[in-house]
Amino acid sequence: MEKFIKHTGSGVPLRRSNVDTDQIIPAVYLKRVTRSGFEDGLFSAWRNDPDFVLNQEAYKKGTVLVAGVDFGTGSSREHAVWALQNYGFKAVISSRFADIFRGNSLKGGLLTVIIDQSDVENIWAAIEADPTTQITVDLDTRTVSYNSTVLPFEIDDYTRWRLMEGLDDIGLTLKETDSIDSFEGNRASYKPKTLPIKK
Amino acid sequence: MGKTLAEKIWSEHIVRAAAGEPDLIYIDLHLIHEVTSPQAFDGLRLAGRKVRRTDLTIATEDHNTPTLNIDKPIADPVSKLQVDTLRANCKEFGVRIHSLGDAEQGIVHVVGPQLGLTQPGMTIVCGDSHTSTHGAFGALAFGIGTSEVEHVLATQTLPLARPKTMAINVEGKLKAGVTAKDIILAIIAKIGTGGGQGYVIEYRGSAIRELSMEGRMTVCNMSIEAGARAGVIAPDEKTFAYIKGKPHAPEEFDAALAYWKTLFTDADAKFDVEVNLDADALEPFVTWGTNPGQGLPLNANVPDPAKIADAEERGAAERALVYMGLEAGTPLKKIAIDTVFLGSCTNGRIEDLRAAADVLKGKKISSTLRMLVVPGSARVRLQAEQEGLDKVFLDAGAEWRNAGCSMCLGMNPDQLAVGERSASTSNRNFEGRQGKGGRTHLVSPLVAAATALRGTLSSPADL
Ligand code: SF4
Repeated sequence: MEKFIKHTGSGVPLRRSNVDTDQIIPAVYLKRVTRSGFEDGLFSAWRNDPDFVLNQEAYKKGTVLVAGVDFGTGSSREHAVWALQNYGFKAVISSRFADIFRGNSLKGGLLTVIIDQSDVENIWAAIEADPTTQITVDLDTRTVSYNSTVLPFEIDDYTRWRLMEGLDDIGLTLKETDSIDSFEGNRASYKPKTLPIKK
Repeated sequence: MGKTLAEKIWSEHIVRAAAGEPDLIYIDLHLIHEVTSPQAFDGLRLAGRKVRRTDLTIATEDHNTPTLNIDKPIADPVSKLQVDTLRANCKEFGVRIHSLGDAEQGIVHVVGPQLGLTQPGMTIVCGDSHTSTHGAFGALAFGIGTSEVEHVLATQTLPLARPKTMAINVEGKLKAGVTAKDIILAIIAKIGTGGGQGYVIEYRGSAIRELSMEGRMTVCNMSIEAGARAGVIAPDEKTFAYIKGKPHAPEEFDAALAYWKTLFTDADAKFDVEVNLDADALEPFVTWGTNPGQGLPLNANVPDPAKIADAEERGAAERALVYMGLEAGTPLKKIAIDTVFLGSCTNGRIEDLRAAADVLKGKKISSTLRMLVVPGSARVRLQAEQEGLDKVFLDAGAEWRNAGCSMCLGMNPDQLAVGERSASTSNRNFEGRQGKGGRTHLVSPLVAAATALRGTLSSPADL
């Protein structure tokens, strides 16, 4: 995974709450067996509307999505994270994310930043007044900044460290193989196995 | 201080814990399907890794499979490639798979319990958010993303942050015609789609204990719609009886039973939050909007956004009414439906089909709509046919399909057309969920059947 330390880019105001993963990427796009090429499905139903924010020239180059509350609810599809990344987003800012989406995003290196709704409103106002406004998401200092405003955000130390080092979770866990072996040694024998049952 | 049920299961699965780090949790069962696994297997191949425990892993085909002509090759080449990829991956890595045409094929959350693989006290994951369904057995079960699927395949563990606990107490007795689906829709309307966020919900109280295992699965299934990653119900005699005799029920049944009986929330345990719901007051519930929290009793009218105080909610309601093509003040019972969908991991089990068939028996569905009946698994379909339920549905004028997710998510050809309106026993009414431009009202199997007969949203009491 690529390291994430700091990103600066322009913002895209998505003034909607409860943006579920079926909106981020509808099921018909989930048939692919690769991790790339999902950008065409991103918000596909809304992109038919010429006024939709991603269709506006001023926001075409945005890399920081600023969304309403409860972003990413619904399905566990990691394709939602890939679609945002394939499109070019590096970070999403909202006052609340659905658990699974947030977990997926932080695993895949898409930074999800939680700030107060009033701060989200202020960023919307700023990037709508001037779409070239630069937003910096800094994982090192755990801050979001734009113009002269600096907003702290919370992220746990472990996730932050993993993102800043660009570490792969599986590699980290495989270092614990001894603990896994010994846990397995003590598992109850009545726990089910998926091996076919012979009748 | 005592522990809650969720805390007990959690602490028994900690492989490694360290301050400031997520706990490394052991996974007892990993369920796999075609949509969220191909990229995970690719990752394993790239890194030269194996599946650590093929004997704790099982795959089925459900999301992207057709419900007609299943003996022919899948018509859509992209869908076919995805299903073929799952088959090839399972073969290469040695994972058991139940493919189309097999009696154990079906929606992954129907297959686990019917095989008896879902048991109390387990940790269960699947690359699908409705894995919460398995919590009905007193297991800690939750949906994961594809990176996590790869992680579990490689290590049989997951690094996870410890969730908070919420109790939802549903006391009292349900009126006739009120079901598990109505309980969970009412809960979501009450606490909101973000209300359960960060929590494992434990459903408790006399109304929950009264539910059958199928009903409990319906409730736990939609925990995710309340924002929670998992829902649990303490196992009891019903749970044990349900597992007994299933193919994968423990051979050392008594040893397992002794352990299962320890799985309850201690009297002195504390939940982070408690919510109470009065079962006596519940009515059949339906959704009017585009998220599962936008629901009301069937006797109510479409709400007026102008009367909603919260600006965020008001905006969402206004948008939802436009999308749904509804006018504020319209009685919900006057809403005409084009398609009735009976199926999904929420309400596609045998008991759901029986309940709907009971209402439809000897009657004809309205000529103004179509009704799709899609059993949750091939085995449910077989059982229904043994009981003659297929005849009831066919005689009523409904379609009797093969098992799968079908119109729940409209990935296969079973979709709503633009503007088409459904009464659906599934779990999500998001914009376009059942087909681009489609409009979904979530309902119980009883309401689905009564609606099919009358043509407008109805309950059996209206017949
Ligand atoms: S039936 Fe619907 S909710 Fe259930 S697993 Fe399939 S797509 Fe998901």
